[in-house]
Amino acid sequence: MRRVVITGAGTINALGHGLSQTISAMKAGRSGIGPLDFRDADRLSVRIGAQVKDYDPEARFSRQELVLYDRFTQFALIAAQEAMARAGLAIDGALAERSGVVLGNSGGGLGTVEDNYRTVFEEGKNRVHPFTVPRLMSNAAASQVSMAHNLRGPSYTVASACASSNHAMGQALLLIRAGMADVMLTGGSEAMLCFGGIKAWEGLRVMSKDACRPFSATRTGMVQGEGAAVFVFEELEHAKARGAEILAEVAGFSMTADAADIVMPSREGAARAIAGALRDAGLNPEDVGYINAHGTGTTANDKTECAAVADAFGQAAGQVLISSTKSMHGHLIGGTGAVELVAALMALTEGVIAPTIGYEAPDPECPLDVVPNEAREAKVSAVLSNAFAFGGLNAVIALKKAP
Amino acid sequence: MSEDIRNRIVEIIAEQAVIDPSDVSMDQSLEDLGIDSLGLVEAIFAIEESFDISVPFNANAPEESEFDISSVGAIVTAVAGLIAAQKG
Repeated sequence: MRRVVITGAGTINALGHGLSQTISAMKAGRSGIGPLDFRDADRLSVRIGAQVKDYDPEARFSRQELVLYDRFTQFALIAAQEAMARAGLAIDGALAERSGVVLGNSGGGLGTVEDNYRTVFEEGKNRVHPFTVPRLMSNAAASQVSMAHNLRGPSYTVASACASSNHAMGQALLLIRAGMADVMLTGGSEAMLCFGGIKAWEGLRVMSKDACRPFSATRTGMVQGEGAAVFVFEELEHAKARGAEILAEVAGFSMTADAADIVMPSREGAARAIAGALRDAGLNPEDVGYINAHGTGTTANDKTECAAVADAFGQAAGQVLISSTKSMHGHLIGGTGAVELVAALMALTEGVIAPTIGYEAPDPECPLDVVPNEAREAKVSAVLSNAFAFGGLNAVIALKKAP
Repeated sequence: MSEDIRNRIVEIIAEQAVIDPSDVSMDQSLEDLGIDSLGLVEAIFAIEESFDISVPFNANAPEESEFDISSVGAIVTAVAGLIAAQKG
């Protein structure tokens, strides 16, 4: 079977612009969550989020570009550029047709939709900008990344709510394994931190007003974030032939559906996805040193996820480290699995496990080692990253140390 | 007024439970009536819209919310309190 490795990574999120700032923040257990700063935030009952800070779109893109790039596309392009620079890969000639991009996102150009609804509904105008559609469409980010890097092979967008990025990265893995591509840019992006994006979530009453405290008995719900992470997935022999630095192997992937409830998670569906990823990667539970949890900080997710890990890991659940970095970068919805893969990579490449910050008190229903509040050094050779979406769609990725 | 509040809340809850309002009693819990977590947030939304109030309720920490949902009667009392506080 063709093996797949990661040769590049890039990100922008509330913890930093770029991989090194993000990794530093994860090691320090720093929170990117703060007061929301955008139009009409004072009309929200939930007023915190993990926004990308110190970000000036005009410093990164020209006016002609910005007119076509929604915020979620901007984030995807920034992350992709960093990943490609790190991979040291120029896509030209025949390789272009063997290269593609699959990104996960769920809200798409929600900010563009909101701005244009304001124009026609609130301001009563009868005309919107001619590029409204190419800005708001959910595949805008993947398409702009394909254009920026000359990716002429399989390219598309995956939307499965909070599992979008994991499903996208799983697709990239499968495409390379199947021989349909040699290089895939993959990950995800999201920019739902706007009035409508939060207002819609408020209604479900699962959002915290103060902090994201996954696995803590005192947890009060999720906190939204924004940003992107993009990785270069490359066929192993292709990477070796060009002497690329290999960050990790993408060893396994599994996806399942609960077929049960549109919002409540299922222990069985999650456990089946975790077990499937282990099987696909040829790993035993005791081989896995770290799990980046879905860990949303809601009552329902965290206890269900711990039970699912216990089911899939058996005795080994007592040893594995599991943390939720959403406590720091928030829940990026469709982009979340991608930013969380940064923490999974960090565990393998730097031997540091990102903490679950904001942790105050143990919950008997979450009886695992959740690496509370402080990062921990640990030598790990295999890791998992979980994503369990609304709609009962689960996707789990397994990484191994570089071969 | 309090009769009106009670009748309207019973209507909202009966609609979620898909039963006749006359089959709802004050001592029943939402669980007794077969209302799940989604039904609960939809009922709270309907209450907010009907009475033009804001209901403080977080599904992650229902016991810590100021809004008592332990029974239909408790909800009526809590809503009456919120109306007095927010519209009085």
